Amino acid sequence: MTLNRNVKIAAVVAFLAIVFIAVPAVISASGRFDLYYTLTSVALLSIASAGVWLTFYIGRINIGQGAYALMGGYISAILVMNHGWSFWLALPVAGLFCAAASVLIGLPILRLRGVYFAMVTLVLTEVARLLALALPITNGAKGIVSIPLPGALSVFGVTLIPDFASLQNSRLAFYLLAVTLMVVCFAVMYRLVNSRIGKLCQSLQQNEELASSIGVNIAYLRVIAYAVSSFFGGVSGAIFAAISQSIYPSSFTVTDSVNFMLNCFLGGLGYVFGPMLGTLVLYFGWDLLFQTGQFQLLIYSGLMIVLMLVLPNGLLSLAEMTRKKG
Amino acid sequence: MAEMLEVSDLTKRFGGLVAVNNVSFSVREREILSVIGPNGAGKSTLFKLISSFLKPTTGEVRLKGERISGLAPHIAARKGVVRTFQETTIFKNMSVRDNVIIAHHLRSKASLFGFFLGTGAAKVDEAAFGQSADEILALLGLSSLANETARNLPHGHLRALGIAIGLATNPSILLLDEPFAGMNHDETMRMVEMVRRLRERGLTILLVEHDMPAVMKISDRLVVLNFGQKIAEGTPSEIQANEKVIEAYLGSEDEAIGL
Repeated sequence: MTLNRNVKIAAVVAFLAIVFIAVPAVISASGRFDLYYTLTSVALLSIASAGVWLTFYIGRINIGQGAYALMGGYISAILVMNHGWSFWLALPVAGLFCAAASVLIGLPILRLRGVYFAMVTLVLTEVARLLALALPITNGAKGIVSIPLPGALSVFGVTLIPDFASLQNSRLAFYLLAVTLMVVCFAVMYRLVNSRIGKLCQSLQQNEELASSIGVNIAYLRVIAYAVSSFFGGVSGAIFAAISQSIYPSSFTVTDSVNFMLNCFLGGLGYVFGPMLGTLVLYFGWDLLFQTGQFQLLIYSGLMIVLMLVLPNGLLSLAEMTRKKG
Repeated sequence: MAEMLEVSDLTKRFGGLVAVNNVSFSVREREILSVIGPNGAGKSTLFKLISSFLKPTTGEVRLKGERISGLAPHIAARKGVVRTFQETTIFKNMSVRDNVIIAHHLRSKASLFGFFLGTGAAKVDEAAFGQSADEILALLGLSSLANETARNLPHGHLRALGIAIGLATNPSILLLDEPFAGMNHDETMRMVEMVRRLRERGLTILLVEHDMPAVMKISDRLVVLNFGQKIAEGTPSEIQANEKVIEAYLGSEDEAIGL
């Protein structure tokens, strides 16, 4: 907040230059093309986590984002496979479907607070998985496989996005898609949080009774925030399905839902870019610990506990602390 | 004087307990009316009924002739009935000024989407709210603390901030829930002055209170509740001479001694 305008613009330009130019350049120079997949995952997971962060911002612990990611993945897969839709149309529709579903689900459950809301959302992920197993349209445990890669997107004969299948490097294409959406997602989030809506969300987080006494329609605002959150979850799930060209009931589980939440904790609940940093650190941290074999989960959990004790406001609070001291 | 708020035959039952029993009274425009009564008399329930935080079992509350009981609290606030809270209910992680600015929400003309895009209407609102917030803070003697985080305020100032938040919504009638609770004599006198100043600005005030000396000093009229029923209504001197009121208060004191 204390950064002046020029520093902010410089930071944004630097960030865009890194993700769109520097990262692809370094990867093609080093030949580590597998990193594309990793970084694409980080970008997509950070979009879903941004959604979870928004529900935290209105004072709700959301452990149900996996449900919407799964829903988004299935919706886009079904639209592409069964109805022959273009992926580029199926993607926003999947997001909107999740948002609409979350309004119906959110209306009753958003009345709950604290651990009660958390428990219900936790169950939501499991319900989504069981539904995917049971519904005829989702093809049970076999899932939906051999989903074609996204085709070309043309408007008035001008090809905006080429057919992914015709590309030599569809990994780079997916990376650019995921990163672009991540940038858009966080730009939207930044604007939300720094407009009056952000203040209204904070008012909900800090005291719902007082908020309604000053005329804030708390039920409406909660549902809107939850719908935006679920939209992000759905979009992220839909792209995951397109990348892996498949979707199974186990594609997103309770563990993923918990991870989305941990990403927010780790980055910092008070910082809009917290989920992005949290996702990056958590994803790579988990991979780095892979070498420790059977101790991976133990070390990982231990480190998480220590981090939460030492830095309860997340990694980004570290930057603020050093700035205050300096 | 015109009637601002009418409470007619208001009853609230919680299971077998009748917390408020057939209570009727009205508050006139620019009046300071206090609701008093021993512990458990139903004051807080009545307060919540009037501010629409509870729905009455029977009876109704009307603001300038329009029924407001049964509406959602934020709608009642929009109509002009705004409450403050007993405890130090504020947005504690925001600055004092932001607390008051956000409370202007009701007056904003821009939509949520307008705020997101930063439209002209949203910007006009934003500037006007900032200015109005500064005026309110000055009125309540909080100007010097405007940029302080709200949770760091001392007790007396917190109560003033609660009132500032209520004022920012531009209410027709402001409901104060025990504004003098936990205050020493000096703080109480300052608060009495503050409430009077609010009335001078044209506000109608209904307060629920324990502190007898303060209530007698400040109120134009009083309504006395006991066991959920209205037992008296009148000016401070009428109430002080009322047999039923004396009995109600002495009775409860006897019980307190007996325990």
